[in-house]
Amino acid sequence: MLIADWSEIIERILVHFQISVTGVALATVVGMIIGITLTRFPKIATPALSVIEVFQTIPSLAMLSILLIFLGLGNNTAIMAIFFYSLLPIVRNTHAGILSVDPALLDAGKGMGMNSFQVLFKVEIPNAIPVILSGLRISLITAYGIVTISVLVGGGGLGRFVIRGIQMQNMGVMLTGAIPIAAMALLTDLLLNYLEKRMTRHNRSSRTA
Amino acid sequence: MVVFDNISKSFGNNVVIQNLNLNIKRGQFAVLIGPSGCGKTTSLRMINRLIEPTEGTILVDEQDVSKVNPVDLRRRIGYVIQQIGLFPNMTIEQNIEVVPKLLGWPKEKRRERVRELLEMVGMNPLQYCNRYPSELSGGQQQRVGVLRALAVSPPLLLMDEPFGALDPITRETLQDEIKKLQTDLGITIVFVTHDIDEAVKLADIIILMKDGKVIQAAPPEELLSNPAGDFVREFIGKKRLRANYDVDLVREIMNAKVFTVTKSKGFAESISLMRQRNVDSLIVTDDDGKFEGVIPVEKLREIAGKKVINTIGEIQPEKITTINLNAQAREAFDTILQEKLPYLIVVDSKNKVRGLVTKTSLVKALAGAVWGDNADDE
Amino acid sequence: MMNDFLATLHSNWDRLVGAFGAHVQIALTAVAFGAMIAVPLGIALTRYPKIGQKVIAVLSILQTIPSMVMFGILLPFTGIGRPTAIIALTLYSILPILRNTYTGISDVSDSYIDAGKGMGMNGRQILFRVELPIALPVIVTGIRISSVYIISWATVATIVGGGGLGDIIFIGVARHNHAMILMGAIPASLLAITTSFIVGRIAKAVTPRGLRRERAR
Repeated sequence: MLIADWSEIIERILVHFQISVTGVALATVVGMIIGITLTRFPKIATPALSVIEVFQTIPSLAMLSILLIFLGLGNNTAIMAIFFYSLLPIVRNTHAGILSVDPALLDAGKGMGMNSFQVLFKVEIPNAIPVILSGLRISLITAYGIVTISVLVGGGGLGRFVIRGIQMQNMGVMLTGAIPIAAMALLTDLLLNYLEKRMTRHNRSSRTA
Repeated sequence: MVVFDNISKSFGNNVVIQNLNLNIKRGQFAVLIGPSGCGKTTSLRMINRLIEPTEGTILVDEQDVSKVNPVDLRRRIGYVIQQIGLFPNMTIEQNIEVVPKLLGWPKEKRRERVRELLEMVGMNPLQYCNRYPSELSGGQQQRVGVLRALAVSPPLLLMDEPFGALDPITRETLQDEIKKLQTDLGITIVFVTHDIDEAVKLADIIILMKDGKVIQAAPPEELLSNPAGDFVREFIGKKRLRANYDVDLVREIMNAKVFTVTKSKGFAESISLMRQRNVDSLIVTDDDGKFEGVIPVEKLREIAGKKVINTIGEIQPEKITTINLNAQAREAFDTILQEKLPYLIVVDSKNKVRGLVTKTSLVKALAGAVWGDNADDE
Repeated sequence: MMNDFLATLHSNWDRLVGAFGAHVQIALTAVAFGAMIAVPLGIALTRYPKIGQKVIAVLSILQTIPSMVMFGILLPFTGIGRPTAIIALTLYSILPILRNTYTGISDVSDSYIDAGKGMGMNGRQILFRVELPIALPVIVTGIRISSVYIISWATVATIVGGGGLGDIIFIGVARHNHAMILMGAIPASLLAITTSFIVGRIAKAVTPRGLRRERAR
């Protein structure tokens, strides 16, 4: 029972993954910059975070369809939607991660003669990475779901199989899309969780040592 | 009142209590003390069945506790813990009336009891009833914690390091209060601590434990004068051997947190401050902080009944003996002992009030002199 | 563009009102069922923390399944129509509420439980007088998170004939009618944002006064 040929399945998986990663990567770059900037301006941090939170509250299909008006049918719309949804977890976690750095470490860094750039890149960001990773994990898993839905606005991921399956009332076709999506989410979750734990452990042992 | 009959307790293979026998008499203040892991808290928690013994019987009021429903048992026994555990979602009043409510007391009776209890420790009910625990200082919270445990007048009160988290001055005030409450109400208290000073100060009987066994159970004087073996000697001495600076001057033994009022302070305000701080006499100074005298609470009451007073300055304070803060500590001892004073006011060369030497500070310093240290920073 | 939008709005007003009502109804039903399942289950799991952790881990994995897939999987069993939408969304609404109930209750400090027990409260009294009041703001926050998710995913329910604002968006996309898209997307967004705000306020309101100060610190 070959529901779709293998090359199409592989292609869809790759596209699905590519769209998700592009959107999340964009959000990571922008989100980390915003997150770091907000730690320097504590007064605007809370209002800024609430504004970004509003993006996340917008229903995914609403976001996709509004972006469709500006970006047209296709994958760019999905990438942009993922960007907006991923912004909050990354900004928030970068912000929280950097704020949670032990002040003693900052003092030590400054005491050794680091300038503020060096403190940022050698002390603050490395310490915040486990928390940022956690934001990344949440963002990626959310992204897979958005790409799936994006088939409704002309996106090209695994959602094609799902929607085709639903329309044809064919469980096999649907699962051809659903199983890889679930597997991707599961693998991402396991992998990033593992990385996060490893880095936290590393940090903790170096702190107590 | 509380009898441990051959009690043993193990957690898995780990034996924490071994054949423990105890007999705490009615009206006694019994202090369980020992190094951490000695089983003192476990023993305490077995009395109200928060932990069940592996073997043996515990009698409370001649009744085998294992035969009593634990919930009913606990409602009859007061319980105070180090973390205080006032429910943060309830007001002070609601916290105190928890057990009365569980026992189905009518609303009026509960209200009255809450008021009575707060007044007993000098907290104004009007001021505190509707506050929340987070709005109170640690000392006040634990005061309420004790009241909550006393709400239905239990004949037995269990206290698990109740003052361990408080600052030294507050701790001392609360120790005095609980000792007084215990004597006034005639209740039995089982008290866990790891602070030997606290044990000596409060206990009628100190039960020193190690590895789940009683090493010595004796009144404080006997424990100090006649320690049973090296462990006891070491345990009593250890804390006092840590630091070793000499006690020479009054300033080193005095309690520097002293509550004073100026003559121009309003009468009503002073009374309420006195209640709040829970002091029983006012130390009066002039506006520059120079010592004028003291007014005992009885005198305040007496005068207040006779005429209208606006400021404290209208009352003639009693002159009492003072001592300079740079005087020899020995001189303070002699004065207190010879003149049988409850305390001495410490002043500086300009006669400004700087502190207070109480009998407690003397005992501590004395212990320091015997064991070579006056530290009580535990 | 604006005129276009207003004209579309005018001619489709009844349809919009109907879809909005359906959307609210689907979301409300799903979150209500979700809470009815999740709160008692969450409380029960705190009594068996070892199982609790595992149940939450498994549900977290299920939660990563995109909503569209979940609709598709249920379709053969429940058929086209609103029940499929409600069942799928109920399943999704469980996890955030369950997780917050579980952590909210687990995070209640042991000293309160110890004090309660020591004073002679039974398990039910400790739950209703101590644990639940302290955990309530966290539980309500879980309900807020669920509501936002559910309002979002209810738009996708259109693919299984669930109705709601997704219908309007979908028609707009299919007809390349921008005004129609906005007529579905904007109310859906406003519904989510308002709900989040209101339930957030409720979470604040149910925070016991004695805890507000403590948390603000």
